[in-house]
Amino acid sequence: MTRTEPNRSRSSNSDSDKNSGNVGGGRTTGMRVIVPLQGVVQGRGGLFLGSVIPCAFFYFLQFYLKRNRKNDESDNSGEQNSSASSSSSPNSGLPDPTRSQSAGHLTELTGLPRSLSRILLSPRNSGGAVSVSGRVNCVLKGGDSSPYYVGQKRVEDDPYDELGNPDGVIQLGLAQNNKLSLDDWVLENPKEAISDGLSISGIASYEPSDGLLELKMAVAGFMTEATKNSVTFDPSQLVLTSGASSAIEILSFCLADSGNAFLVPTPCSPGYDRDVKWRTGVDIIHVPCRSADNFNMSMVVLDRAFYQAKKRGVRIRGIIISNPSNPMGSLLSRENLYALLDFARERNIHIISNEIFAGSVHGEEGEFVSMAEIVDTEENIDRERVHIVYDLSKDLSFPGLRSAAIYSFNESVLSASRKLTTLSPVSSPTQHLLISAISNPKNVQRFVKTNRQRLQSIYTELVEGLKELGIECTRSNGGFYCWADMRGLISSYSEKGEIELWNKLLNIGKINVIPGSCCHCIEPGWFRICFSNLSERDVPVVMNRIRKVCETCKSQN
Amino acid sequence: MRLIVPLRGVIQGRGGLFVGSLIPCCLFYFLQLYLKRRRPPPTDPTELPRTSSRTNLFSRGNSIGRVRVSSRAVPVAKPSDSPYYIGLERVKTDPYDRIKNTDGIIQLGLAESTLCFDLLQRWMSENLMESMMQSDDGEFDISSIAMYKPFEGLLELRVAFADFMSRIMGGNVSFDPSNMVITAGGTPAIEVLAFCLADHGNAFLIPTPYYPGFDRDIKFRTGVELIPVHCRSSDNFTVTVSALEQALNQARKRGSKVSGILFSNPSNPVGNILSRETLQDILRFAQEKNIHVISDEIFAGSVYGDKEFVSMAEIAGSGEFDKSRVHIIYGLSKDLSIPGFRAGVIYSFHEDVVNAAKKLMRFSSVPVPVQRILISLLSDVRFIEEYMTAHRQRIRDKHIRFVEGLKQLGIPCAESGGGLYCWVDMSSLLTSYSEKGELELFEKLLTVAKINATPGTACYCIEPGWFRCCFTALADEDIPVIMERIRQLRESSRS
Repeated sequence: MTRTEPNRSRSSNSDSDKNSGNVGGGRTTGMRVIVPLQGVVQGRGGLFLGSVIPCAFFYFLQFYLKRNRKNDESDNSGEQNSSASSSSSPNSGLPDPTRSQSAGHLTELTGLPRSLSRILLSPRNSGGAVSVSGRVNCVLKGGDSSPYYVGQKRVEDDPYDELGNPDGVIQLGLAQNNKLSLDDWVLENPKEAISDGLSISGIASYEPSDGLLELKMAVAGFMTEATKNSVTFDPSQLVLTSGASSAIEILSFCLADSGNAFLVPTPCSPGYDRDVKWRTGVDIIHVPCRSADNFNMSMVVLDRAFYQAKKRGVRIRGIIISNPSNPMGSLLSRENLYALLDFARERNIHIISNEIFAGSVHGEEGEFVSMAEIVDTEENIDRERVHIVYDLSKDLSFPGLRSAAIYSFNESVLSASRKLTTLSPVSSPTQHLLISAISNPKNVQRFVKTNRQRLQSIYTELVEGLKELGIECTRSNGGFYCWADMRGLISSYSEKGEIELWNKLLNIGKINVIPGSCCHCIEPGWFRICFSNLSERDVPVVMNRIRKVCETCKSQN
Repeated sequence: MRLIVPLRGVIQGRGGLFVGSLIPCCLFYFLQLYLKRRRPPPTDPTELPRTSSRTNLFSRGNSIGRVRVSSRAVPVAKPSDSPYYIGLERVKTDPYDRIKNTDGIIQLGLAESTLCFDLLQRWMSENLMESMMQSDDGEFDISSIAMYKPFEGLLELRVAFADFMSRIMGGNVSFDPSNMVITAGGTPAIEVLAFCLADHGNAFLIPTPYYPGFDRDIKFRTGVELIPVHCRSSDNFTVTVSALEQALNQARKRGSKVSGILFSNPSNPVGNILSRETLQDILRFAQEKNIHVISDEIFAGSVYGDKEFVSMAEIAGSGEFDKSRVHIIYGLSKDLSIPGFRAGVIYSFHEDVVNAAKKLMRFSSVPVPVQRILISLLSDVRFIEEYMTAHRQRIRDKHIRFVEGLKQLGIPCAESGGGLYCWVDMSSLLTSYSEKGELELFEKLLTVAKINATPGTACYCIEPGWFRCCFTALADEDIPVIMERIRQLRESSRS
């Protein structure tokens, strides 16, 4: 499109021949137009040049637009005449060989009429292929080559099964928990559980998409239980969504505008890249934490990241933390949380506290402190900046249920997210299932207790096993992961070395773990191992496989 | 873009070259000045403690530390001023009940159906548990419902869905499960399509009157505009290509890029069914202009008239057109009357759209236990056949009854052949033939007659006096009550 511009403008505008040269020069610099002009104006050329150039620009732009529009109209009338013949012949039944290519080209978007005339010229070409929106391209390409998704794919294709497929890939990458869970409960009293709530008008008709009040009360009770009764949750501040992903997306939408950013201490959950960035247009600024500090975040580093972003003109609207942290499994201390709140207060930003593993705290030494407890005593002004994401399906080990909750103290955020939940609602059968599952406090207590015990025993076993192989893990007190230090096994201390090792683990060892680079860890050689999938019997198998990889690594070195 | 338009006038007019050059120059200088001013001053380290000391000084200060939500969340958080949502809210506060609250507001604003609850009830009580707990080898395995499954829906469900869709659409068209993405209801389906087909600031053409919910579904988060294409009662509110053409050209003149056409068939709120020819015309038009077509066919199975329903998928599959631009939305909320299940589907012929939608389903997928129930519900062919026959028959009966009642009051309805509602012409009750008069009548219906019907304004209808009345959640004995209330309203306004 831009190619035709000089010709047209020159022929139509003879008195600006001199200027057209300037324009040509200016245009090559594209977006930077303003910068050189400023130089011109302040420099020698002074006022004259400084006024001629922008004027010329404007004229050309206007002529160009005018020209284009006329063409548009005449094109359209032409199309109508030929439409009958063109529409029936060119595309009929032909598969579109180049469609996927052209779909990616943004330039095609602006050239609607032109691409049409092209069909007329060469009917075999796929000029008429319709393009998808530009922003969806990042979704389409988004991270499929990342080891995180490659690994999942491999497991899907060739899953390990103790009897059926003993050679398959063992899943240590996905945070799901088949240790226990609702299983027992569903098996024990399924009939009563489901059919109780499921009167037909109850499950079939429209219901508030942000959750029934009954369910909110049950969830509040469950959260209170999971935080060991240290704080009570108010059901009216809860909004239920279909899964933690959409909870985080809704919060990102409500707290930040497109182009704003959140601070995220790394290593962090690999899912944030999708949840926060894809549709909301919010950016993430990673704040690296190091193994020397045991991957604890320091306020100094946060401060620095904040000011660097500010310098670049990026507005920071909040900070996302996970507690218990994903992937390390460590718990944030009370002091840390207070420091964080002070930081947020000083910079006037929001805090999104991702507490999806709050009910899966298995360590004995650490105490889990919810952000809700910290702000419980604070003034309103500070509570309004705190938003908590809670995942029922994680803690209930029932990810297939897809239900999570936003707990916020901010009235505008609550009312906006209530409306947005129609776009990612929890279905009524699910709500009733959950109500009957968690409204009984005795059930909940037993459930949380058993869950903790089982997680603890499998964690200890796995960490012991890894230790024997010379692989240390950071201390994990919550969640389904341990964060293993395999720096000794990588051939080169770089991301490349890490991916090599990951490939070996996947192909030779046939286990799928998440490399630190997926979690945006800046130190290579760390891996996230999800153990909640394993049974006691599986642990020796995993150890054997890792040993095999260790040996190949050592022999190569 | 609009900056350019006035300037063009200046240049071509009298003021000529001088003014035309002065204005852009001024603009440029001011821009530069502004940019220079705005450049953030270099931050010096002393600034760090200063902010904190400020908080210490004003520890009581109310306004300093208040944190703001994003500017795009503000309009979402505000209570809606559309009569559609106002009416729905009002019904919640005082719902009509035949026995307990005979003075309550009768809901005619929400398209839900209770007509076949007896059939559903029977099926659910017989099969619900088994359907959720079933597995391939007959033994219950918790991991079949508890674990992560593909977000786009289990293959079995997609197969069942495809089969169901072609069954209710008369068997003339078959759907390919691999082009299908299961979503948590029609609402997310529309949003995801809008996100995939248009960029922020682009627009869809949409024939009016249209379903008021589209405003939220599309505009809230995706930033896509809706450009109304006005249809008139003289055409029975059917869209014409010339109207589309005109709207498209106007939109282009204003500089907005049109990415597609969105319409519902059977149309919501009118309830008319688009003919094969109209569909072909629309698709041909879209092909000429190289834009997408989104056909919302969520009422496809609720057709009760004599007119045959034709799916856009059938037209697209005829081989005459480039089908990659056709996208269809379907859901079970209306035809199977299970809105609580929040089950919908995107059916698209565009590979990229299917792939992108699959990935975006991480935000709104259907829970696996619900999928299991749906699989057995949809594959129970005998039940589905029985249900669909009853569903259609009962809507037809109810429709006749409701329309007949209105007719006796001298209130005509638009001709319709599908949907759970009818489009009622109440212009004879208006005090003034204008939007204001219509809203007044809406308010009167709500407060005096205690009926919540959706006024045409909420659906962007340009002719005042039309109301959408959903009749499928009514019992037969409710209809005389409604007619009586309307009659009283008319008499009180006459006297």
